[in-house]
Amino acid sequence: MSTAASSPLPRSAGPAARRRRDWRRSFDRFGDGALYAICALAALIAVGALALSAYEIVDHARPAIAKFGLGFLFHTEWLPNFGVFGAGVLLYGTLVSSFFALLIGAPIAISIGLYLSLLAPKGVRGVVSPLVEMLAAIPSVILGFWGIVLLAPFVQKHVEPFLHDHFGFIPLFGPPQTTGASIFTASLILTIMLIPIVASISRDLFLAVPRDVQDGASALGATRWEVVRGVVLPTAAPGVIAASLLGLGRALGEAIAVSQVIGAGEKINTSLFETGDTLAARIANQFPGAITGMHKASLYYCAAILLAIGLASNLCAQWIGRRFDYRRMATR
Amino acid sequence: MNVDEPAFDPAAPLTPTGNLRRRRAVSRVAESGATFAAVLAVAMLAIVVYSVVAEGASALSLDFLLGGAPDGIGPALVGTVELVLMATLIALPIGVLVAIFLVEFGGRLATPIRLALDVMNGYPSIIVGVFIFALIVEPMSSQSAIAASVALAMIMVSVVARGTEEVLRLVPDSMREAADALGVSRWRSVLTVVLPSAMGGIATATILGVARAAGETAPLILLSSNNPGVSVSLNPFEAVPNIPGTIYRLSEEANPEGFTRAWGAGFVLLALIMLANAGARVLLARSRRKMAP
Repeated sequence: MSTAASSPLPRSAGPAARRRRDWRRSFDRFGDGALYAICALAALIAVGALALSAYEIVDHARPAIAKFGLGFLFHTEWLPNFGVFGAGVLLYGTLVSSFFALLIGAPIAISIGLYLSLLAPKGVRGVVSPLVEMLAAIPSVILGFWGIVLLAPFVQKHVEPFLHDHFGFIPLFGPPQTTGASIFTASLILTIMLIPIVASISRDLFLAVPRDVQDGASALGATRWEVVRGVVLPTAAPGVIAASLLGLGRALGEAIAVSQVIGAGEKINTSLFETGDTLAARIANQFPGAITGMHKASLYYCAAILLAIGLASNLCAQWIGRRFDYRRMATR
Repeated sequence: MNVDEPAFDPAAPLTPTGNLRRRRAVSRVAESGATFAAVLAVAMLAIVVYSVVAEGASALSLDFLLGGAPDGIGPALVGTVELVLMATLIALPIGVLVAIFLVEFGGRLATPIRLALDVMNGYPSIIVGVFIFALIVEPMSSQSAIAASVALAMIMVSVVARGTEEVLRLVPDSMREAADALGVSRWRSVLTVVLPSAMGGIATATILGVARAAGETAPLILLSSNNPGVSVSLNPFEAVPNIPGTIYRLSEEANPEGFTRAWGAGFVLLALIMLANAGARVLLARSRRKMAP
């Protein structure tokens, strides 16, 4: 028999064996404690990094917060050379571009979720599901580069004139500009980034809707769409909202791809086809070359605002998701 | 016999008429809408991948892959590997240990930690970059590969931890109980029973984390961008050239020749990331099959 077991020794065991057993016990007690301590330390580092990041960013933004106060949020002039900073334009661009991305992306993504969970034959699902998730794996810098070189000219030549001609009475669809760099193009890029996240979460949610309830509806004569509208969507609704909020959070914080296609505009325009800028894109653009301390502090202030918005949408999503079922909300 | 009278049709009560026909039509429209959305997403992926391959393949050559800037991306390739490797060395142990904590010791602390990981997963990467800039670059007053790796590690940790947690939960409790019954102490059973059987899943999570970190651009712009990548540099206390940063810089320059190089670099990066993702998927399927009872 192996000696690995530290089970009680026979009464007749000698003092040497007893000592070995005692030593082993205390060693194991130490090992248990050490493993617990290391794991707890790692968890503390992870949580601590999060807390520290919020503190550091707000701390570095302090000069700008002291000088501009909350008016920073609405002030629309950003003139680094004159020491005048306001994030109004950026806030507007961030909210508008993400909102439109969600407006276009969420219905598409939820439809994809429905297709993958309820309609697709098993073989097709096994192929399409990973492909949709692959969309999320495309690095944002490549998507942004593709956006500015290929998508923006296409949008400017074909999509924007079409929308302007047919829906021009809505002030959002103003005349197309010379380059395709615009809030609209940024929204489209964000849509592509947000679809795979929302789609894969909502697919999992729909798959978790109990089968027998759906069968019951079918047995009562409901068509497939009526089953979806009457049973599947209402059951999964909180989760779908949470998924959309997670997607929104992703869109709000995207810096690189947006800064490539949005055109770094300095004004608030009603037309979506004009350039604009977002908080994240402005940070990516100007942070490395910030000219004064106040410039940098203002960029930190932007980061703090972005952090607050992103955190709010993320926590909201977690809260809704957890109330629904926290086990299914693994975000990936 | 009257000719106008329709012939007897035994299926007549089963053919939809009126309202039912409309409901069916609505259902069919909805179904084709959903199918179209899925096709759209796959088409989007195909279009982006196709453009990167079509435009990037022409830039590829041995000189391009090995040479220094401005003609090649050799140093940037080496730099990206260095950054991701260092990030993995930081993120892998922390991520796995956090996952062990959640599954084996969690208790009441598990919920807030899991929440923190979820928040971290959705953290804008530019915020991570700004944070590490304030934490490391500003005190050291220079960009560095270390700072960039720490930022990438922070992005990786949540991916590794959540993936590992998921697979640790798949380890059957009966194995832990068997170890307990043999009198094996907790730490031994975690290290010798639980972790080894979760190895495949941990590897999968790590590869997914690597794929995520390799394409991350925003932190690198802030933390490791002032090295044009003329020659290979590995000094962790200096900025190292990297692929995402190179693509970003070239795309901002609006110079057609630079665009070709940017496509080429994008092709290399995308190929690496897609390969890693596909590999992770295969690995996951294999370890799932092994874990299945």
